[in-house]
Amino acid sequence: MKRKTKAQESIDPTWLGNVADDNLYRENILDHYRNPRNFGKLVRYTFRHKDTNTTCGDELEIYALLKKNKLQEIRFFGRGCAISIAAASMLTEYLKGKSMQELKKVSQEDLLKMLGINLGPVRKKCGLLCLKALTNALKEKHEKACC
Amino acid sequence: MQAIEKDFPILKRQVNGRRLVYLDSAASSLTPEPVLAAMNQYYREYRSNIHRAVYRLSEIATQKYEAARARVAGLINSREDEVIFTRNTTESLNLLAYSLSGSLSPGDEIVLTEMEHHSNLIPWQQLAAKNKLKLSFIKVDKRGVLDLKHAESLINEKTKILSFTHASNILGTINPVKKLVNLARKFNTLVILDAAQSIPHIPVDVKRLDIDFMAFSGHKMFGPTGIGVLYGKHALLEKLQPFQFGGGMISEVSFNHTLFADPPLRFEAGTPAIAEVIGLSAAVDYINKLKMQHIKSHTQSLAAYAISRLSKVPGMEIYGPKSAKSRAGLVSFNIKGIHPHDLASMLDKAGVAIRAGHMCVMPLVKQILKQDAVCRASFHVYNTKKDIDVLVASLKTSSEILRR
Repeated sequence: MKRKTKAQESIDPTWLGNVADDNLYRENILDHYRNPRNFGKLVRYTFRHKDTNTTCGDELEIYALLKKNKLQEIRFFGRGCAISIAAASMLTEYLKGKSMQELKKVSQEDLLKMLGINLGPVRKKCGLLCLKALTNALKEKHEKACC
Repeated sequence: MQAIEKDFPILKRQVNGRRLVYLDSAASSLTPEPVLAAMNQYYREYRSNIHRAVYRLSEIATQKYEAARARVAGLINSREDEVIFTRNTTESLNLLAYSLSGSLSPGDEIVLTEMEHHSNLIPWQQLAAKNKLKLSFIKVDKRGVLDLKHAESLINEKTKILSFTHASNILGTINPVKKLVNLARKFNTLVILDAAQSIPHIPVDVKRLDIDFMAFSGHKMFGPTGIGVLYGKHALLEKLQPFQFGGGMISEVSFNHTLFADPPLRFEAGTPAIAEVIGLSAAVDYINKLKMQHIKSHTQSLAAYAISRLSKVPGMEIYGPKSAKSRAGLVSFNIKGIHPHDLASMLDKAGVAIRAGHMCVMPLVKQILKQDAVCRASFHVYNTKKDIDVLVASLKTSSEILRR
């Protein structure tokens, strides 16, 4: 235990390079995380749904208002990590104005492409939480409509 | 400490181009060379099943398997036939919940604590629901310490089981086992100790502590995955119902009747994890070589150093007792406004492996700490102060990037 342990107080430049190269927290993601688009709740909505990421307990709620089969307004609300907030921000931005048919067609691949980052198996659940909420919301809406 | 680092081949590797700083030993410790060698030797030199065959290889395997039992018994100061091999702590506790269920009647009470890992909560919770038992929890106070007055008020003549963790895997708190045992001894209460977090770091003497059952895992104490231990007082094991049935756990079988083997074999149905038991045996040897007292003082001094350095990081909130003396070698924390998963992901880029989430203690994290998740850095004998310096530096950088 005699070994000298010099505290690494300063930011290690090689590591910073590493973080920047890796696009997990690139500027685009951080921007959507710091200033999430469509964040909040809707008082008037056609459907809403809350979902949870079981690995970390994060919760995300989606509110959608349809008009003439088009998504006129969409909001999301909840707590989450940078990845889940950025993903929800990007997804809701993309969905606005889309038709019900288009809404149903959004796939995991589409969302991952929007994020443009390489997510491991655990972090993928963060990135896809908003889509899980949307998919389950649509399923619920469908079930209500036919029963 | 450098000599110890050399024993762990994984520490030679790089992660994301950086030296690996492994700070997740509370989840699973690294494996030293002697443990790898022992398992390798089994597979290469005497690979065979145990207990029944009369040929040479099987004899060696059986001897090594039973010698492992003696090694584990030596570590915890029990009799050899009081050591049952299971898959892990979780299986040991499930075994108990299942096998004790027959002796519990509606209205009986089980006392746990608010800091239990899911493995020492869900088996009892499910059993309580099925058998109409009452489940109660000893409170954790603001310091992260058990409220013993509350414990005293919960334990009564109806309390059949008191099961609690020796050391919290989130708060780091080391619980006063002997005091809790004394409360239970006033009544006919069985005491079960979850030693998953304590066995790898502090001396645990089942005789001195006078506990009835104890569960722990091999993979947190330098051993392989897939091997755990259930200790039980011999007199109690003799009365305990088997958990699983099949080969190896019998003394005589007819078409309609079976006479079970004596403990511990009664509780080891089927071919066990032979290589893993042999690996665990080597892990105990390794602990003995390093000396448990040394491991304890090393990991506690790292925890003290970590607490002092981390507490200077802006926005830092540390959970659990402030004094490292009453702690296992781990520190859980949050940086205000930053999600633990983001921190853990960023630290990974710096080669630093920490844990983020609820650590399988969801009720404590959500209901007591009022957090969605926490970060945890945990230490073992191969960690150094330098590892903590890297942790602190990378936390500072990460939080600057992530701060909104």
